[in-house]
Amino acid sequence: MKKKQEVEKSLKNLGGKVLGDIDKGENPSIDVPIRTLSNVKFDVESQMIKMGGSLAKRYFFNVGHVRKFVQTIEAAAVAKELIDVQKHLSLRETFYKMKRTLPNSNINLVDEQEESNAAIEDLELITGASREFLHINANKLGSVAGKVVVEDKGDTIDWSKLGSGGWAIPSNVEEIIFKKVDAKFIIYLEKAAEWERLHEDRVWEKLNCIIISSQGQATRGIRRLLQRLHVEHKLPVYILVDGDPWGAYIYSVIKYGSISLAHISQELAIPGAKMLGLTADDVVKYELKRHLIKFEEVDVKRLEQVKNYDWFKDNKEWQKQFKLWKELNGKVELAALSSKGITFISDKYIPDKIKHKEWLD
Amino acid sequence: MAEKIVTAEDLANKMREVSVAEFFEKNRHLLGYENTTKSLLTIVKEAVDNSLDATNEAGILPDIKVTLRELSPDKFKIIVEDNGPGIVEEKISLAFGKLLYGSKFHRLRQSRGTQGIGISGAILYSQLTTGKPVRIMSSTGKAIHSVDLLIDVLKNAPIAASKKEERNPDKWHGTKIEMEAEGRYMEGRQSIPEFLKQTAIANPYAKIVYDGPNGKVTFDRAVKELPIQPKEIKPHPYGVELGILRRMATNTHARNLVGFLTTEFSRVGRSSADQIIRLAKVENKNPKDLTHDETGRLHKAIQMVKLVSPPTDCLSPMGEKIIEEGLKKELEAEFFVAVTRPPAVYRGNPFQVEVGLAYGGKLPTDSTAQLIRFANRVPLLYHQSDCATSEATIDTDWRRYDFQQSSGQLPQGPLVILIHFASVYVPYTSEGKQAIADYPEIIKEIKLALQEAGRKLSIYVRQKNKRRDAQLRSELFEKYIPELAESLEKLTDVKRQKIIEDLEKIIKKGVKGEKEAGS
Repeated sequence: MKKKQEVEKSLKNLGGKVLGDIDKGENPSIDVPIRTLSNVKFDVESQMIKMGGSLAKRYFFNVGHVRKFVQTIEAAAVAKELIDVQKHLSLRETFYKMKRTLPNSNINLVDEQEESNAAIEDLELITGASREFLHINANKLGSVAGKVVVEDKGDTIDWSKLGSGGWAIPSNVEEIIFKKVDAKFIIYLEKAAEWERLHEDRVWEKLNCIIISSQGQATRGIRRLLQRLHVEHKLPVYILVDGDPWGAYIYSVIKYGSISLAHISQELAIPGAKMLGLTADDVVKYELKRHLIKFEEVDVKRLEQVKNYDWFKDNKEWQKQFKLWKELNGKVELAALSSKGITFISDKYIPDKIKHKEWLD
Repeated sequence: MAEKIVTAEDLANKMREVSVAEFFEKNRHLLGYENTTKSLLTIVKEAVDNSLDATNEAGILPDIKVTLRELSPDKFKIIVEDNGPGIVEEKISLAFGKLLYGSKFHRLRQSRGTQGIGISGAILYSQLTTGKPVRIMSSTGKAIHSVDLLIDVLKNAPIAASKKEERNPDKWHGTKIEMEAEGRYMEGRQSIPEFLKQTAIANPYAKIVYDGPNGKVTFDRAVKELPIQPKEIKPHPYGVELGILRRMATNTHARNLVGFLTTEFSRVGRSSADQIIRLAKVENKNPKDLTHDETGRLHKAIQMVKLVSPPTDCLSPMGEKIIEEGLKKELEAEFFVAVTRPPAVYRGNPFQVEVGLAYGGKLPTDSTAQLIRFANRVPLLYHQSDCATSEATIDTDWRRYDFQQSSGQLPQGPLVILIHFASVYVPYTSEGKQAIADYPEIIKEIKLALQEAGRKLSIYVRQKNKRRDAQLRSELFEKYIPELAESLEKLTDVKRQKIIEDLEKIIKKGVKGEKEAGS
């Protein structure tokens, strides 16, 4: 992670480079690392998805580039201002700050938040500074509970004393200080509903662990929090996702990093994370076949895709799972475990799995 | 109730010959008189076709005047006058008042009319809807003869109600026909003005004045050369049907089969004739004595012997220059291109396809292209979707030439497509003569012509698009320059005005490196 001065300097360099081109009478250009599967590599040694070296040149005087070019420079201008005044904006707020109408036209500089988000991600790649250091935050989307005490912005928070809602994980967890960590491991859940199940059953107390959830794909704040707990306090991370290719990818993002954020895998990936469930084997073992939701065409396609990712390709255990999923031709949600009993997941499924080390790596 | 028994004798008493005039009186839709709007157009079309054919043959640059007067909302007076050679007095009544009488039916040569029905059909329709005779004035340059004419429908024969002879001090020559008829007048895609406009496009050597219910329009002469007179040819054996072959054999003056085949047909030489006769096993026969079976064998044998294609000097294409001139004259477009294909043959009939494209300018951009169709220079306004020209145009991939095209549709954009089909015999899909039949050879030729013209047009369209893109591009950059300057000012504290000026300078100088940047 870069220090504040370094971030400021790289923003300044970006502006200087463009001005230099203009001074020389050249078509202003910036180099943007490419964020697609073709430019990421799975680094076997570090067990992380890493960014390749491919750069795309983005020009101002190019019909296809001009819009993105100006969006990127505008994102840099916003970040500089935020750093100068020591304030943070959410991605949504940044979108509104960047949104303006070009004079004598009906063109907006950004029309959708996806455009400003993409400009910010490009800016991260160009400056080498992650979003949080550019003072731009994502939405809070996750909850956490467990025997941990943290300090955030001068406030002390005990994760075991926050009622039924738990602690809402902020998008920027860099400044959080862990005061006291009694938990022995972390359970991450893809679904907030299952987190509430575990929380109501006080699993974190019974098993002496931390329970963390997101809603769908884990956000950066959650991933960074998981990584910090894992690295700084040596806590094993166990992952619970729906049994389908999408769940397998959520697991792999936490473990190895993601394609779109390959440039900051170092700060986010947890190669030691284990997949607790739901596995294809679970479907057989826990008689969940009747709860299978038949694969749609997109699911089958996604299964093929995920199966062939470098980080799964040579993993025999996982390939066995994918083969079995294909045979089952359907997915199973975590919620389906409640068919075995209201607290089955808390009292039986999780403790048994951890006890017998029944996970995928 | 007891039924009346009809005996064979009763039936026999009722049987009688039906005259061709009577037949068409009952089946007038076959001649283009199925509704009142189309009927008016058909009358004008038949008269104008005759005038153009007559002037062409006489080598006269045509001056044609069409007058249409509304007598009541459903009754009109139609007058068509030309400066043709005129008709000799004795033939006036027969030429106009007898169906299937004429000079064009028995010969194989490209002309507008062929059957000798057209103008008589118009007179028949006039008589049927008004009961009044039609007045014909004609002069070969001597006296002017006027005939008020009716048709005896049962006999298919003209009745001259009155005849007059006038002096002709100005030595006027030509023919003028004046008739009243039931009709309805409309303007638009299938109308008299549109027909005349398309006629003017295909016949730019003609001057046509139209004096209609909504005022006078003049279609000026754009070129001073008449088209080359096509030659008459004998039928090519490949296109002759069995019945016709039989009739020709019966009527021939030739005394043996070799003589019959070599003199009555084109492209049959002595050795080809011998070969045909051997194949048909009809050696040493007199053509008049051939049995039905032998004629059949002869007909089959003809198809099996390789013969040279028919001569093509019987065709008179418009030519690329004339097509372009014609289009330029009547359409406000910015680019014109025409293609004349070499002659080809379907079923033994020589034919030739020509295509003209008019693009851009004031042509409408938001609709499908307009297709204007001609057979032997006569505009075809009805039954477009049944026509080989439509089929071939839709079948052509216009996206290759930078036009949008949905499947089964004409291309989209500011485009007029002219297709001219010239042949000694136009294979119409029906007697209404509005659509050309889709013989594979014809479709193929039309497509080749369209493709060649399309390629030429696309060069122009691409250049134009390129210029337009360049324009749009610099407009686009102009919009983003102040935005970039504003962002850069915030990022670097350099004043935006300076940045704007520097960027404007780069635009003026021409941007380098933009091409390599791709996309």
